Amino acid sequence: MTERTPLLELRDVNTYYGQIHILQGVNLRVFEGEFVALLGGNACGKSTTLKTAVGLVTPKSGSVLIDGVEVTKEKPGERIRRGIAVVPENRRLFGPMTVMENLQIGAYTRSHVPKEDYDYVFDLFPKVAERRNQLAGTLSGGEQQMVAVARALMSKPKLLLMDEPSMGLSPLLVEQSFELIDDLHRQGVSMLVVEQNANMALSVADRGYVLQTGRVVLEGPAADLAQDAELRKAYLGR
Amino acid sequence: MEYFGEQLVNGVVMGGVYALIALGYTLIYGVLQFLNLAHGELYMMGAFFGFFTMTALGGPSASAVPVAVMIGIMFIVAMGGGALLGVAVERFAYRPLRNSSRLAPLISALGVSLFLQNAALLLFGARVRLYDTGQFIDLRSGISIGRIRIDPTEMMVVIGALLLMAGLWLMVNRTRLGRAMRAVAVDQDAAVMNGIDVDRTVVWTFAIASGLAGAAGVMSGLLLYPVDQYMGVFAGLKGFSAAVLGGIGSIPGAMLGGFLLGITEALVTGYLNPTYADFIAFLILILVLLIRPRGILGRPAIAKV
Repeated sequence: MTERTPLLELRDVNTYYGQIHILQGVNLRVFEGEFVALLGGNACGKSTTLKTAVGLVTPKSGSVLIDGVEVTKEKPGERIRRGIAVVPENRRLFGPMTVMENLQIGAYTRSHVPKEDYDYVFDLFPKVAERRNQLAGTLSGGEQQMVAVARALMSKPKLLLMDEPSMGLSPLLVEQSFELIDDLHRQGVSMLVVEQNANMALSVADRGYVLQTGRVVLEGPAADLAQDAELRKAYLGR
Repeated sequence: MEYFGEQLVNGVVMGGVYALIALGYTLIYGVLQFLNLAHGELYMMGAFFGFFTMTALGGPSASAVPVAVMIGIMFIVAMGGGALLGVAVERFAYRPLRNSSRLAPLISALGVSLFLQNAALLLFGARVRLYDTGQFIDLRSGISIGRIRIDPTEMMVVIGALLLMAGLWLMVNRTRLGRAMRAVAVDQDAAVMNGIDVDRTVVWTFAIASGLAGAAGVMSGLLLYPVDQYMGVFAGLKGFSAAVLGGIGSIPGAMLGGFLLGITEALVTGYLNPTYADFIAFLILILVLLIRPRGILGRPAIAKV
C-alpha cells in the first residue's frame, strides 16, 4: 500500500477532564473513502475522541491533523471548513428552530451556500424537505436523525464523524440509520462512526478500533474484528 | 378620556424606552443565561454620549448642523459608544469568568456597575445635565388625535424604538448572526459542533444589547429626563422588571413587558400619585416572580442535563 495522507489523524493524544486522564495516547487514522468504526463500552473515551477531533476538547499533548495539516490549536469552525462535520450524540438539533434553520446552521461556516446544496439533502431525505418549515423539536426520533445528518452534510464534509447514531432509536430505525450511513459512504463521504452496537457497526465498516479505558486495545479490518474472540466476549456479548 | 389618553401616550413613550433596555437584558440572558446587572450603566453612558455629542455640535441652541442631522449623530455616537463599551465590559469583566460559578460574573457585573458610575462622576463631574430639547424642537408642535396631543420628541421616541425593535427582529430571525445567537442560546456545545464561534457571537450580542441601551439613554435625555451618573440604576431595574414581566429570554416578551410597565407606571402616576410609580413597578416584578416566574411569554424553565 502506498503511503497516503489520512483525512483525519490523531497522534498520541492525551486528554484530561480535570484530574482524570481520559484519552491515554490514542493513535487513530481515517483515510479518504474509508468507513471506520470506533468501538468500546461505556466511558472508554469514544465520544472524547470525536470531541478532540472536532476541537470541542483540547488535548494536553499529542496532535490532531486534518488532511495532513496540524489543527490541534484551531477552533471547531476552522476544522469544519477543512472538511469534517459532526453528527452529535442524541442528534442535538436546535429544537425551537425550524428544520430549514437547522440546515442553515449546518452551513454556518460557508459564506455562500448555493440552492443546489439544499436540494441535494432534500433529494437524499424527502422527509426533511417535507418538514422544512416545522420546528425541529416536533419531529419524530427517526426524522430528527435524518435532519441531524442533513445538517452535518450542509458543510460539504469529506469526513463525517458520527457519535452513536443508533442511540435512542428503535431496532428498525437503527437498521435504517445504518443503511443510510452506508449509502452516504458509497457516495464518497468517508466515515468515522462511534458505536456501542459493535455488530451493526462492523457489518458496514472497513476498519475498526476498539477503545478500553482511553487506550486503543485492538485495531484492524472490520471482518477480522468481527471474528475476534476477545472482542466478541467483551462487546458483542457472545 | 382626554386625560386617560394623555397618560396612555406618556406610558407608551416611556414603555418604548423600557422595552429597549429590557431587550438588552433578555438578549444577553438568552444567549448566556447571565444577568448583566451593569446594563443600566450603559444606558446612562449612552445618555452622556448623546449629551456631549449635542454640545460638541453647538447644541442645544446653536447647532452647527440641521436639527435632524444632529439628533441622528447623537443616536449614532451613543449607540456606537454604548456598543464598544459593552463589548469592552464583556471582554474584561465577564469572559474571564464564563466558566466559573454562576455567582462570579454576577458579582463582577455589580463591580462594573459601580465602576461605570464612578467613571462617569470622575470624567463628567457631578453636575446634572439636561438636553434642553425645547431649544431645538418646538415641543408645542406635533400631532393631535382628538384632544390628545403628541409632541415631536414623543413621536420620535416611539417611532425610533419601534424601528430599532423591527431591526432587531429582522436581525435575530433573518440573518446568519441571528441564527447563531439563537443556536448558542439553545445549545452551546451543539452550536460549537456546527462551527459557530461562541465568543464572536457573544461579542455581537453585547454590542447589540449595549447599543440599544445607548439609544434608550438618548431617548430619555430627549424626553427631558435629567442625565447624571445614577440615572442607570432605576432605569436598569425597570428594564429588568420589564424583561422578567414579559419572560426573560423572550424578545417579544421584553417588548411587551416594556410597554406594559410604561403604561402601568403612567396610569399610576396620573391617577394615584407619582411617588407610587416606582413602588408599583417593583410590586409588579415581585408579583410576577411569585405567580408566574417565567413571565408572560417566557418558556417554562427546563432543567439542563
